[in-house]
Amino acid sequence: MAEADVRNFNINFGPEHPSAHGVLRLVLELDGEIVERVDPHIGLLHRGTEKLIEYKTYLQAMPYFDRLDYVAPMNQEHAFCLATERLLGLEVPRRGQLIRVLYSEIGRLLSHIMNVTTQAMDVGAMTPPLWGFEEREKLMLFYERASGARMHAAYFRPGGVHQDLPNQLIDDIEAFCDPFLKVLDDTEGLLTENRIFKQRNVDIGVVSLEDCWRWGFSGVMVRGSGAAWDLRKSQPYECYDEMEFDLAIGKNGDCYDRYLIRMHEMRQSVRIMRQCVDKLRSANGAGPVSSVDGKVVPPSRGEMKRSMESLIHHFKLYTEGFHVPAGDVYAAVEAPKGEFGVYLVSDGTNKPYRCKIRAPGYAHLQAMDFLCRGHMLADISAVLGSLDIVFGEVDR
Amino acid sequence: MSESVAENEVLGAVSTRVSAVLGDRILDHAIAFGDLSIKVGRDDILDVLTLLRDDPDLQFICFIDICGVDWPARENRFDVVYHLLSPRRNARIRIKVETDERTPVQSATAIYPAADWFEREAYDLFGILFSGHPDLRRILTDYGFNGYPLRKEFPLTGFVEVRYDNERARVVYEPVKLPQEFRNFDFLSPWEGPDYVLPGDEKAGDTTVKSG
Repeated sequence: MAEADVRNFNINFGPEHPSAHGVLRLVLELDGEIVERVDPHIGLLHRGTEKLIEYKTYLQAMPYFDRLDYVAPMNQEHAFCLATERLLGLEVPRRGQLIRVLYSEIGRLLSHIMNVTTQAMDVGAMTPPLWGFEEREKLMLFYERASGARMHAAYFRPGGVHQDLPNQLIDDIEAFCDPFLKVLDDTEGLLTENRIFKQRNVDIGVVSLEDCWRWGFSGVMVRGSGAAWDLRKSQPYECYDEMEFDLAIGKNGDCYDRYLIRMHEMRQSVRIMRQCVDKLRSANGAGPVSSVDGKVVPPSRGEMKRSMESLIHHFKLYTEGFHVPAGDVYAAVEAPKGEFGVYLVSDGTNKPYRCKIRAPGYAHLQAMDFLCRGHMLADISAVLGSLDIVFGEVDR
Repeated sequence: MSESVAENEVLGAVSTRVSAVLGDRILDHAIAFGDLSIKVGRDDILDVLTLLRDDPDLQFICFIDICGVDWPARENRFDVVYHLLSPRRNARIRIKVETDERTPVQSATAIYPAADWFEREAYDLFGILFSGHPDLRRILTDYGFNGYPLRKEFPLTGFVEVRYDNERARVVYEPVKLPQEFRNFDFLSPWEGPDYVLPGDEKAGDTTVKSG
């Protein structure tokens, strides 16, 4: 065959590929089985969240955050609530902070279970998703018992959380912890030393720490490359500074290290959840779950039925909403996927003037070309899986 | 409480150092709500980003975000807002640049490769131009989309809707048809009297109609 007959081959990976984790369309240029160029086409799930938020009051805008990274909804709500609270100068009562931390860690478990197990499925293992999704179901039940919804909870509100947790729920969350660690052990038994899993992940998608920063990576991606960087430790919000937990740091910055870190983080999340449960039961952890500032947080239903002032507050807060002082603020949380930030611009009215959502997955996905060049076609799904992409937050 | 004081001290030190490094490139300088924010000239942005990244005392090596903010009443209607993070100093900084619909801002892709998609997004949603960007295409909106959806004058409903046409066996674009008029309630001043007529109140101010 003449030399001129050899040419590179372009294929579409997605948008309906099961390991594209949603609606990603990757245009791949292949030289044989070697990837020469990756061009991700995103936006197939774009819903105009930022535009919609500009037309809603602060309270009405909040549920949109559940629909961003729908694998760990409450962590997103958290960033928006922190931004609003900082503009308002609002303090969250201690019990509210503990519940927020507890549910943020539940969200981290939800996300990491989903990611670790489906990434394993992308490289050929079927059993981990079956085991993992059973645990996810239990965790979503905790979501439902706290907020009434399995996924789109709308539970964190500016000023605190919507309702207090019943004692039985706190007991059940504690009872969940130990059996869950057993499931983690089993999953690790399937994967960590598995020959195929290691062949597919070790030394795949290696990224240096310097590149991590330049590409705007955060969360597990930078920790996998060796930075002891976690916003829960370095810029603690809520009551994370009194929680005891360890960070896992990777050495090689490859997919396998990131998998190990996620497994470790799940164990640490369980550790934090236990501490939250203990603190919620102590005398120190009793009290209101939400700020008692009647101008921001609506009164309870019972109060509303009895007190005229509460009735007026209730009516005003659910129609007009509260006014937020003019200014701009950037608030970030350590979401399971990395640094999830909200840049909120207020013009002093009851609606956000501009709300920019900084999703970790967006920065991670744009590095696909940089990460995948020179890899084999089969490595694409391993790298994509370990980036932990969810299209709700990438496309917004 | 002591922690936020320590945090403010770090921020103050960073802020002093930023002023020293950038000198008179800084047009405006503020610490508000715990965030350090500076405003610089449009043509200085690449110098500013490079200096902030390379200064050994600051090391804003981590790129966080670029986004646009639309202020239609202003002469330079767009703010381009950069967020950077210094893991070394554990500090964040916000840099603002003003521009209008026509004047491009220099692209930061050479300094932070991550700026690529964020600039594409700002171009897609606001129509902010970036010069020197390797591939300034639309990113989030549909293929063949027209207009800049996050500009304040762009309607929330958009202009076109898509549906699958059975007869033509393909997806077709049509002007938006709303079965019910889109209502944007003015909850800002329900007591002071809104400047529109409430449904059912059409005759309220009409003196020719006598009651009873």
